[in-house]
Amino acid sequence: MELLLQQVLAGLATGAIYASMALAVVMIYQAIDHLNFAQGEMAMFSTFLAWQMLQWGWPYWAAFIGSVALSFVGGIAIERVLFKPIQNAPILSQLAAFIALYGILNSSAGWIWDFNIKTFPTPFGSAPLFGERLIGTHQAGMIGVTLLMLCLLYLFFRGSRLGLAMRAAATNPESARLVGIRVGWMIALGWGMSAAVGAVAGMLIAPVVFLEPNMMLGVLLYGFAGAVLGGLSSPGGAVAGGFAVGVIENLAGTFIPYVGRELKLTIALVVIVAVLMVKPSGVFGRTVVSRV
Amino acid sequence: MTGPPRETVALAGASPRALVFAKTSTRQLLIAATVIVALVIPFVVKSFFVFQLTLVMVYGLAILGLNLLTGFNGQFSLGHSAFYGIGAYTAAILMEQLDLAYYWTLPCAGAVCFVVGFLFGLPALRLQGLYLALATFALATAMPQILKFQPLEPLTGGVQGIVILKPDPPPGVPLDADQWLYFFTLAVLLIMFAGAANLVKSRTGRAIMAIRDHPIAAAAMGINTSLYKTLTFGVSALYTGVAGALGAIAIQFVAPDSFTFLLSVSLLVGLVVGGVGSIPGSLFGGVFVLFVPNIAERISTGLAGAIYGVILLLVIYVMPSGAAGFVRFAAARLQSKGKPR
Repeated sequence: MELLLQQVLAGLATGAIYASMALAVVMIYQAIDHLNFAQGEMAMFSTFLAWQMLQWGWPYWAAFIGSVALSFVGGIAIERVLFKPIQNAPILSQLAAFIALYGILNSSAGWIWDFNIKTFPTPFGSAPLFGERLIGTHQAGMIGVTLLMLCLLYLFFRGSRLGLAMRAAATNPESARLVGIRVGWMIALGWGMSAAVGAVAGMLIAPVVFLEPNMMLGVLLYGFAGAVLGGLSSPGGAVAGGFAVGVIENLAGTFIPYVGRELKLTIALVVIVAVLMVKPSGVFGRTVVSRV
Repeated sequence: MTGPPRETVALAGASPRALVFAKTSTRQLLIAATVIVALVIPFVVKSFFVFQLTLVMVYGLAILGLNLLTGFNGQFSLGHSAFYGIGAYTAAILMEQLDLAYYWTLPCAGAVCFVVGFLFGLPALRLQGLYLALATFALATAMPQILKFQPLEPLTGGVQGIVILKPDPPPGVPLDADQWLYFFTLAVLLIMFAGAANLVKSRTGRAIMAIRDHPIAAAAMGINTSLYKTLTFGVSALYTGVAGALGAIAIQFVAPDSFTFLLSVSLLVGLVVGGVGSIPGSLFGGVFVLFVPNIAERISTGLAGAIYGVILLLVIYVMPSGAAGFVRFAAARLQSKGKPR
């Protein structure tokens, strides 16, 4: 029982990484209706920007806010410059454009800041929480910030006119345009916000996985998995899904004898796919009913 | 996921027979010209380039497999690296353990992949779009881990992989090994491309495309959507598996880390660049997948990824629906110019 509890806690700690990424993924999915393959690299780039500001001697929170603000602007710029011209291209072509963006960001980050591993500070300290070895204050802080972001986003989307306009632009662009919403700018805003959420996620993740251009690949993939498991239409579901992926992965590694250690990621993915068999739109997702 | 441009639907409306004939004859001419060029090339270029062209055909075949599933049936897959890997390993294990001749490994690899693809297609029936993408992604991630899995090591060679020997040309044929493999691959490629073209043109092919365009309408017209979807999954895996076997024979080496998720991404890029839902486009996709990373590497080693990305973006800007879409567009332009107004 002790072991189970510990492993669940450790799983939640890793899950927090996935959850914050899953949240960023769902954000952009809501705004543009596709998955952004370059999301992780955008977050990585933002984290490098913050690191650069720290190197210049800025205090942590100044660098934090600076990076989030720059990422917001950068996200909008990417949408305006790269993706607006191809908004009518087939969906798979846009997917390939994401892959191109991935390559560009990854390779230029490596070129500017090189591929050596860098440490990134944490604002929460790294002392063990409640005398537990498995979950430190940073992990707890990470979980807290992820949940806080979730609440803020929820309030923004449910409570503000702008949030309502963004939701309208995503679900039904034509009708939204007819009632006077500037759909193009709503999409750009969605990119900006998801880049900013990604920046926060990146800066929280960097102290755990260390800062380097390839740090996000695994995180992003399990963030996707969490988002899909929770349901792409639900930010809360995505966060829950991210935590679930972390816990399942950890428990599979510990409790399934023999194959568990080596194949734990495989097992986690198999579990996710099995869940999707039962609920094909994710656990918390809405089933989209189409009109014939 | 919406499908590619629906030219088939437009053509089916009222197709004057004469036009169809004219179209096929230019098309046949083009194919014949390409085949003749392909037959001459290995005698005029260096052997390394012959090897590269062999790999272009291998990737083209793998992309064709993905195209059958994604382009013609509308099912999205990030898992084709797994089928490619299964094909490659089937060939390598059969050659290594059973001393089977290389040409027999292709049907075996195809059969194994067909079964795996068909079985994977069954759970995939319940999933759509991005959810299917995740399921297939799981397959792609699992494959290298399974290949490295300890208990399977006597068979798969674990992390080290398996080294296989390059087949010699049959005695009396005045070709070197690279040229022979090139012609062998070309023959397989022609057979399989012809097969795919016939499949797409047939009643079955129309059913497959109807499912892509409107699954509910297709079901209402009496098409067994589940059966066709799983079968397409199987056939698609078969094509990619045969490509994997050919690739293993050409490269003479298989290792788990050659068949990661990144290979799936490459195939997907090839599919988009070549043209979703175009059979000859797949071959162009193969050219892109093989040569563009090399070109990027040559321009700048440090920024290779960025240059690859920029080239890819430019290609998408210029040809949003791939090379095939571009050719179609250009042909339509030329035709309308030639006509008197």
